[in-house]
Amino acid sequence: MSPRPPNRHRLAHWIPVLVVIGLTLLPWITDKFYVQFVAKMMIMGIFAMSLDLLLGHAGLVSFGHAAFYGIGAYALALMTPAYQAANFWLSLAAAIGLSGLAALIIGFFVVRTHGIYFIMVTLAFAQMLFFVFHDTRIAGGTDGIFIDIRPDASLSGWVPFDLENFVHVYFVALACFALVYVLLRVLLRSPFGHVISGIRVNEPRMRSLGYRTFGYKLVCFSIGGAIAGIAGYLSALQFGVVNPEFLGWHLSAAVMMMVILGGMGTVAGPILGASVWMVLELGLQDLPTVAGVDLGKHWQLWMGSFIVLASLWLPNGLLGLLSTWRAAFGARTSQTGGQVLRPDGSTVPADYPGASTGASIASVTPLASVEARQAGNE
Amino acid sequence: MNQPRGNDHAALTASRPGAGHPALATESLTRHFGGLTAVNQVSIQCHSGQIHAVIGPNGAGKSTLINLLSGELVPSSGKVLLDGEDVTAQDPAQRSQRGLGRSYQKTNIFAPLSVFENCRLAAQSRAGSSMRFFRPATSNREINQRALAALVATGLEAASECIVATLSHGAQRQVEIAMTLATAPKVLLLDEPLAGMGAEESAQVVALLNRLRGNHAILLIEHDMDAVFALADRLTVMVNGNVLESGAPDAIRASPAVQAAYLGVDEITHG
Repeated sequence: MSPRPPNRHRLAHWIPVLVVIGLTLLPWITDKFYVQFVAKMMIMGIFAMSLDLLLGHAGLVSFGHAAFYGIGAYALALMTPAYQAANFWLSLAAAIGLSGLAALIIGFFVVRTHGIYFIMVTLAFAQMLFFVFHDTRIAGGTDGIFIDIRPDASLSGWVPFDLENFVHVYFVALACFALVYVLLRVLLRSPFGHVISGIRVNEPRMRSLGYRTFGYKLVCFSIGGAIAGIAGYLSALQFGVVNPEFLGWHLSAAVMMMVILGGMGTVAGPILGASVWMVLELGLQDLPTVAGVDLGKHWQLWMGSFIVLASLWLPNGLLGLLSTWRAAFGARTSQTGGQVLRPDGSTVPADYPGASTGASIASVTPLASVEARQAGNE
Repeated sequence: MNQPRGNDHAALTASRPGAGHPALATESLTRHFGGLTAVNQVSIQCHSGQIHAVIGPNGAGKSTLINLLSGELVPSSGKVLLDGEDVTAQDPAQRSQRGLGRSYQKTNIFAPLSVFENCRLAAQSRAGSSMRFFRPATSNREINQRALAALVATGLEAASECIVATLSHGAQRQVEIAMTLATAPKVLLLDEPLAGMGAEESAQVVALLNRLRGNHAILLIEHDMDAVFALADRLTVMVNGNVLESGAPDAIRASPAVQAAYLGVDEITHG
């Protein structure tokens, strides 16, 4: 949760690279079903990352995030003429632009509110959009709308990829996934990223330091919406169908649970959460019939139980669990003769004085040793 | 020195010929909370190079006054002036950008972040818009230096990488002041900066305020009377939202009204 010394997890820097290499090789390893499944996983990963930008980084608990996912999806559906292909580049840009614009307009009203009101108002706006698509015939109503021909990615005659081919769709999803990941990493390190973190931690203090927080929250909300639009677009592209469920609160709730399950306020956590969620969904639906009870049919019961247990025992999500294990392992291996090894190589006594009361600055405990001791006590 | 309240504008400007506008001033500032008048017709001034201490028993309206000055509360009537300019309609962020820095009585910092990042965020607020999305925030040397200077001034540089939540209460109070300094304010509003500090830390802060006095206008709210009388160039005593007395520390100490209302009580309680 807290910033860690940069030299501590050198291995961790290589994990994203290894994941991308693995994902690149995947289509040569498995069949169509799993390629499409992993593509969907990456799409949900993009969606979850976009929500976590609001939820975990800016502290904006948006309960209507599916609205922007749905707008991205409908943008492609509505831009695809009957029995013809839409232009991939144009429709993708439109999906990003429209979902970002919708988030800007909705955000203009909602980022003024706080706490429970923010949750309710974001939900209300998303439900308004849901019913626009649900109750009117502009995009097929409740039946949704089909995209018969996948978009055409040709650039003045040159065709870089063919979206009728599921492997090509997979690589487009992978490219977007990697780009969004890098973009968010860069964004969160930027002055803007530090400001939204400050707003999450203590917004009134940010104001008294001279930041007009409204603008930063609004821009953050719009960026989150635009990235959710990419996910919705890719989803529509992959399966060729869009319906009002794309904007529904069920999806908003599901993506929020993915983020919380994986670990809020991290970039990798939401990806992990979305992946575990989808694997569970798939696995639980395949459960056998035991003693006349079809366990797979009631998969939502098992999923619900898992979510309850995860929220009870994993307050920092799955990623938090991983770092606890790593810290515990690190503390066991680096404790020597009552000394705790600090990341910079120096040691402090294991019974280093606590800094809770009356201690002067000189006796302040470095966070690393606090973490190590806590981990060691567990 | 029994000046009628609201009247020391003339007295102060007269005593400082050619001083121009006070760095911070209020004109008949009033704030009601329902039927309660928390701050009533308060007119005070704070000049650069001066520490103006506001004292008074609990409930006197000191915290309401500082919230009115920083913009966190809107006055029912009256004006707040910064460098002679009316900022009553401005929000806290705008006043901060005009050179008003405040610290809080109840520590109000970024607990999960490092000491350095607390000050760095404060310093970043002075570097124009933060709508910058690509370069790492920590790569701006000027901002880093400004943050570091605030840490050095408050004696916090050794704790720079510590997470604020792990610090002692006294050290967190110093972070509070360091953050305020990192915004390079011209006017400092300090709400009980010594509250909860040990003797050694208090002495450090008193020394710091003495150094800051040179090029800042400081409005100090403080209960530690030794520190107040050691630091203040001017004292205002508030009781029940009103200014009881305002003047030089010696005059305040000698005032029978103040002794009856405030200092006397203090002497009795401390035996």
